[in-house]
Amino acid sequence: MGSEFVMLSLTPILIGILASIACALPGNFLILRRQALIGDAISHVVLPGIVVAFLLTGTVASLPMMIGAAGAAIIAVILIETIKRLGRIEPGAAMGVVFTSMFAGGVLLLEQSDTSSVHLDVEHALMGNLESLIWFAADDWSSLLDPVALAALPPELPRIAAVCALVAGLTYLFWRPLKISTFDEGFARTMGIPTTAISIGLVIAAAVAAVAAFDAVGSIIVIAMFICPPAAARLMTNRLEVQVGWSTVFAVVSAVLGYVFAGYGPLWLGGQHAVSAAGMIATVSGVILGLACLFGPQRKRVGEAATD
Amino acid sequence: MWTTFLDALLLQAGYNAALVAVGAALLGIAAGTSGTFLVLRKRALVSDAIAHATLPGIGLAFICMTALGGDGRNLAGLMLGSALTAAAGLLLVAWISRATRLSEDAAIGAVLSVFFGFGIVLLTLIQTMSSGRQAGLDGLLLGSTAGMLFQDGIIIAIGGALAVGAVFALRRPMTLVAFDADFAKASGWNVGHVDLAIMGLVLGVAVIGLKTAGLILIVAMLIIPAVAARFWTERTEHVVLGAGLFGGLSGYVGAALSASAPALPTGPVIVLVCAFLFVLSLLFAPIRGVLASLLRHRRFQVRVHRRQGLLALAHSEAVHDRMTLAVLRRDDLIRADGVATDIGRAQAAKALLDERRWEIVRQMQFAEGLKANFDGLTPIEGVLTKDELAEVDRRLGPLSIVGG
Repeated sequence: MGSEFVMLSLTPILIGILASIACALPGNFLILRRQALIGDAISHVVLPGIVVAFLLTGTVASLPMMIGAAGAAIIAVILIETIKRLGRIEPGAAMGVVFTSMFAGGVLLLEQSDTSSVHLDVEHALMGNLESLIWFAADDWSSLLDPVALAALPPELPRIAAVCALVAGLTYLFWRPLKISTFDEGFARTMGIPTTAISIGLVIAAAVAAVAAFDAVGSIIVIAMFICPPAAARLMTNRLEVQVGWSTVFAVVSAVLGYVFAGYGPLWLGGQHAVSAAGMIATVSGVILGLACLFGPQRKRVGEAATD
Repeated sequence: MWTTFLDALLLQAGYNAALVAVGAALLGIAAGTSGTFLVLRKRALVSDAIAHATLPGIGLAFICMTALGGDGRNLAGLMLGSALTAAAGLLLVAWISRATRLSEDAAIGAVLSVFFGFGIVLLTLIQTMSSGRQAGLDGLLLGSTAGMLFQDGIIIAIGGALAVGAVFALRRPMTLVAFDADFAKASGWNVGHVDLAIMGLVLGVAVIGLKTAGLILIVAMLIIPAVAARFWTERTEHVVLGAGLFGGLSGYVGAALSASAPALPTGPVIVLVCAFLFVLSLLFAPIRGVLASLLRHRRFQVRVHRRQGLLALAHSEAVHDRMTLAVLRRDDLIRADGVATDIGRAQAAKALLDERRWEIVRQMQFAEGLKANFDGLTPIEGVLTKDELAEVDRRLGPLSIVGG
């Protein structure tokens, strides 16, 4: 049991957890700033980014893919802002115009180019391949101390760990200005906090987290984790510190339970095959949010009674 | 490719292709018009939640139909299932944003990701079912009309026609609510019900568009035509018409293009045609387009510089601003060395006279309402009547200086 678990499940679970946390942390601020759907937009435009990167470099190496995805995310954010300003359109519509067009372009490029030989398809982009991130070199728990086995870890794991640490570190470092400018932008400006830079920085951090997580787990988890755990946490408390804590807990629980249900759930029900772990993680996070909507102590708006 | 494209455009590329083109055009019209109401209500991305929430319905419908011994790919059944879960998603978005403190965009994001995630779980489940290997359900993600059955084409065409009919029947209340919800309420319309009708229409369009555009890209057909049409006009009913036109055009041309070459999936091609129309509108629309705004701004700039330059000439002041000099020179008001020409002197005198008259007008009682018209640019004869002008000149007294 132990050896099988370490080899087959330990790394996917860890990657799922880290990806979930990396997305949930910036998600807290995006939700409070009513920019929740930025995550949705970013995860759609990642596809054209990686397709273009593949067409330019001809490889499926991770670095050009991530650069392409990040570039597409930044282009999308700039385009959304430009269209919003030039056309005087509401942000939601501007977002809808940009990300659907870019996504369509990505799909078309993908179909037009001969990418069937490489593992690069829309389905993969949407669902990720969490289950396939197996640690072949592991024998059992002792492999965790074995440098040879550790060197053969799936490269996604250290990458997402680094991004998760980066996002967490940035959140910690910029906690005060982030918090103040999120809750009261005018006040933040009078205090000399560069609110525009903070806001752009937040979106870029979210984009980096989305791209790194996308690489490992696909875009569904990314959108779900940007929104569901922070939204559920928002219904639990009025304090931002506690909210971030709850969102991390929810993210971890979704990742672990989702992976376990996807891998073993069908077996318990008499099925033969596992189902998509990414989809299941998103589903579990939705169930958690549903429970929070029904029972969260702070689910009502200020001024409404908590029970009615 | 061009001949096949022309064939497809002229509905000569086979019965199915013709049906798809007509169906896509109808779908585009329905999507463009119903999407307009959504965009004008500032709820564009609700369509995103609706569209993604169709996926679990597709999966459930497939599983049910297969379990009952039928053909799991039956398009009508899949559409029914997707309509049910899309409606559930829509209701959840409304419930979350009403019953909790979460904002609507958070509710939209939560519903779309969770429903889509669950849908993917169902799809992987179907893939492991023995009958599911060839299900081809992933074609519904991005739209694929290749190898479509004749009856599917019929369903798409009829569905599109029904949606267009519904938009036509409900156009008055929806336009009213989209333009001014409070006024609609005061006129006796139930805004909640009209909103529900708008959402229902959008839901219907999303379901009909599954096969053609795919559930991810149908959002584009709902939003982009409306946003593009908004550049051309300031009138709500014209936006609706324009959006229908753009939507229908992109559906038709997109479907024809897609039929004319392999590896051109219908959904993305339709969306890109749509996006192309949007970019054209953004840049070149005469009312709110970027080029039109730039030209307007430029004209205004020229008028201001001309006026200020003339006043400076009248006061015999030197002009230093480069743009003012250029404008004056262009109109032959000054010579190359900066000295005023005869025309320049005459116009400068006129500008100064205007300025003085305005000063008087601003002190006069009857001019209260006119002050708003004073922008320092409009010739005063265009604002005052002759009698009023005579009165102004009487108060102005004998003109002391005219020109330099």
